[in-house]
Amino acid sequence: MKAAIVTFPGTNRERDMALALKCATGRAPAMLWHRDTALPAGLDLVVLPGGFSYGDYLRCGAMAAQSPIMQAIHDFAARGGHVLGVCNGFQMLCEAQLLPGALLKNAALRFLSMDCHLRVERADTPFTRGFAPGAVFRATMAHGDGNYFADAATLDALEAEGRVVLRYATPDGAVSPAANRNGSQRNIAGLCSANRRVFGLMPHPENQVDPLIDGTDGLPMFTGLAAAFA
Amino acid sequence: MKLRVTVMPKAGVLDPQGKAIGQALAGLGFAGVAEVRAGKLIELEVAETDPTRAKAAVEEMARKLLANTVIESFRVEIA
Repeated sequence: MKAAIVTFPGTNRERDMALALKCATGRAPAMLWHRDTALPAGLDLVVLPGGFSYGDYLRCGAMAAQSPIMQAIHDFAARGGHVLGVCNGFQMLCEAQLLPGALLKNAALRFLSMDCHLRVERADTPFTRGFAPGAVFRATMAHGDGNYFADAATLDALEAEGRVVLRYATPDGAVSPAANRNGSQRNIAGLCSANRRVFGLMPHPENQVDPLIDGTDGLPMFTGLAAAFA
Repeated sequence: MKLRVTVMPKAGVLDPQGKAIGQALAGLGFAGVAEVRAGKLIELEVAETDPTRAKAAVEEMARKLLANTVIESFRVEIA
């Protein structure tokens, strides 16, 4: 799998993402800058990593969504390319209208830095094929604006099209209000495009890819991706 | 020419910030505050001197960047 990570001023999780991709593929991803206007040839996956691009000014991800590289990412996605957005990257995908909806301030207004559990609603995407359907895995969330919002008609369409990929759940898989710390509509933690190739999620699966550093709970996302392109 | 863009959370979109401000006001003893909504005010100075054209240009800016119309509504006025 040939992957690239885009960095913006204020991005701070690109190295963890690079490590996760290297763990899974054995290859270091290309690192791109937001001012680049083209993606490397033969690319399989573009990753928008977490952080606080442009200091979260105006709205999280709003400035980054207008960066020069985003036009190339729009074209890449339109050609069927795979795009992964984590945390601030998910906010960028929504701001760039590559995914529907928006991420609002957490319902209780607090920045949430803690582990959460995610139930895999669809294991037939390139991003979640490493998990069993209905599996629950642990990931870390670290965000102030992760409260997923879309209007009721959009939510119903997302559900009908099977585009809700991950939901916040208890460790035993119950999708409950208590597990939904940021107040997201319908406990949505991650969703994908209609062709299943653009995927965004708020928690950080790249945090858990090394057995010596907090376990490998998130590794199946990356090994699954690598297998999809093997 | 100076223009003012008011950006507000749409009706039906949760506004935890407004809610917190409302609770703080109640805590300070201000009674009778029903609902508080918090938005943004953005002022722009533009070279265009025709008010209609200036307003149209800033509305385009608001749609593209200043507001996220999924969750926010906006209003442009000549300041």
